[in-house]
Amino acid sequence: MTVRVGDSASAPSFQKAALPLLDDSQLRKNVRHATEVIQRKRALVAGELPDWQALRDAASAIKERTLLRLDEYLLQFEAACTAAGGRVHWARDAEEANRIVIDLVREQDAAEVLKIKTMTSDETGLNRALEERGIHPHETDLAELIVQLGKDRPSHIVVPALHKNRSQVREIFREQMHLPNLGDSPQDLTDAARRYLRERFLRVKTAIGGANFLIAETGSVCIVESEGNGRMCLTMPDTLILLAGIEKIIPTFRDLEVFLQLLPRSATGERMNPYNSIWTGVHPGDGPRNFHVVLLDNGRSPILADDEARQTLQCIRCGACLNTCPVYRQTGGHAYGSTYAGPIGAILTPQLQNLQHAQSLPYASSLCGACYEVCPVKINIPEVLIHLRGRITREQHSSLKPEALGMRIVASVFRSRRRLETAHRLAQLGQKPFVSDGWIRRLPGELSAWTNVRDLRAIPKQSFRQWWKETHHGAK
Amino acid sequence: MAQNEARDAILARIRSSIKQSRIGFDPPSAPMERNYQRLGSRDSKERVELFAERLREYDARVTFTTPPDLCDSIGQVMGKVQSHTQAPRAPFWIVADGFPAGWLPSQQSIRWESSATVDDLNRCAGVLTICSVGIAITGTIVLQHGQGEGKRQTTLIPDRHLCVIRTAQIVETVPEAFDRLATAATHPLTFISGPSATADIEMTRIRGVHGPRQLDVFLLGE
Ligand code: SF4
Repeated sequence: MTVRVGDSASAPSFQKAALPLLDDSQLRKNVRHATEVIQRKRALVAGELPDWQALRDAASAIKERTLLRLDEYLLQFEAACTAAGGRVHWARDAEEANRIVIDLVREQDAAEVLKIKTMTSDETGLNRALEERGIHPHETDLAELIVQLGKDRPSHIVVPALHKNRSQVREIFREQMHLPNLGDSPQDLTDAARRYLRERFLRVKTAIGGANFLIAETGSVCIVESEGNGRMCLTMPDTLILLAGIEKIIPTFRDLEVFLQLLPRSATGERMNPYNSIWTGVHPGDGPRNFHVVLLDNGRSPILADDEARQTLQCIRCGACLNTCPVYRQTGGHAYGSTYAGPIGAILTPQLQNLQHAQSLPYASSLCGACYEVCPVKINIPEVLIHLRGRITREQHSSLKPEALGMRIVASVFRSRRRLETAHRLAQLGQKPFVSDGWIRRLPGELSAWTNVRDLRAIPKQSFRQWWKETHHGAK
Repeated sequence: MAQNEARDAILARIRSSIKQSRIGFDPPSAPMERNYQRLGSRDSKERVELFAERLREYDARVTFTTPPDLCDSIGQVMGKVQSHTQAPRAPFWIVADGFPAGWLPSQQSIRWESSATVDDLNRCAGVLTICSVGIAITGTIVLQHGQGEGKRQTTLIPDRHLCVIRTAQIVETVPEAFDRLATAATHPLTFISGPSATADIEMTRIRGVHGPRQLDVFLLGE
């Protein structure tokens, strides 16, 4: 079994990937603008509900309890969905999920498919797998369309193209849609996308999407969206295939009343997003005749065992933690090298891969706690970050990695006054070639790992101990 | 075969993980608390006003009307749209099957949903339906796609959606709406809050992407 999360297994460390992005002032401006607008709106509409905290408590409790009986709820969902004419498939990892989807598409002899925005399919690398088999996916969410036509990567789980501004989008559309005279107002660009996609909606007979909620009690699915591309994809085609993580389950229809209050306000700062669709299996005479749900594990089930980190699986992908994160707002999403960026990405991506990849991500945070405060399902992200840092360190501690060794040496130096004073004198002499203006910007050899991502103050001529001895001479 | 294998493997993994966890030994036993607000506090007049206000904030058009005036109100809105369209052929409207025939304005060219093709939906001036529930706090109308509410694609493809709602169908809160929908949980349901929209480009809200670009709501008093 191989878990993959987008391309994160081959991505550089966060600290390396972030450097060039920090120099991209256009990108930083776009990200800052977008996150500020959503944050402001979110705060307004969340503050409007007097029972906001009670809703968060309920959402967190529903999700926690669901995870503890996840096996039962999945089986209940499968039975109800099947009874309503749907088919449920199970995928242990990304590759298995892609294979199931591709087989289903081939049953329909389809050479092209419509796609509703789904981060889960980005996680499994589905588009590439489809293209390798000669099947063309048409992304239909405006932001995903921008990313696809621009041969780009999504940088945000709710607004994947938030790193692009209007004139950058115009360039992409001009070239890819062959519209030399396209204007650059958001209205012009949106109209262009409407015309470009409408013909495809009426023609293409197979669609692939994700799910926001799977309801165990009824076997229903809920999809939350704004543009109507989701409704197009889930009503016009003959065949609809959904790919959803196993943690998307909620027990009852009634539970939606909690999440449909929290999600839109947290995600886009709206009291309600324009469209929510809920349906159950196949409805004769209305919508697709073939309906499939692929339940994806891909590294999720082992997370259930970790009492501190299990809450990661409560996430409803609202993106609020990204918008509020001071680190995300500086770097944007690409630095995280994963489908999932920002605070949730920093805890989810490494865990899905059993801490074998993306080990730098739990350090991509200042632990300020803003993400916890806005999270509608109360995931204590800082707590999980620290817990994961601990796990990573413990697992490395046993190995003889240079950093672990270095830390042990430092610890021994700090334990003895004599050793510390000697080390100080040695360091003062040794640093000379590297100091300029009181700063050390680059250290040699293994030590460069430290200065690659931060500048160091040079060690001063006088230590605090020396200064104390001289200035408080004779003082008790 | 492989499917059963995958299913069994995933379920086994879930069970063993839960068993390993501390909380798996000692799951919360108390019933879950739902301390959020279930019922609204506004009287019916305030509720209807709030609903109208929220709809307008989404750029929907709201018309207050009464049973004897409904026909005329619908006819007036349709008439205004017709005079704005420059389509070469005379514009026509699609009406959801089961929509009360007595509410139809006589001056307009009407086609029932059951005799309309997808192409008709794509070319019509708009679609006329009723709905099941309205939610005041969020400005939402809920369709359960029964009689008079249209199939799901009928209210999606046309450029304009005209929807009649009786004021008695309007509730204040989202949980109140779920109370009313409890018996319809397995129907197809569509929650509509304003015309379709996107904010994907620079977070500027643009009305009308793939769903109807215009939403007209008729509030029918008693
Ligand atoms: S962790 Fe919380 S705030 Fe972040 S995306 Fe998930 S639900 Fe939203």
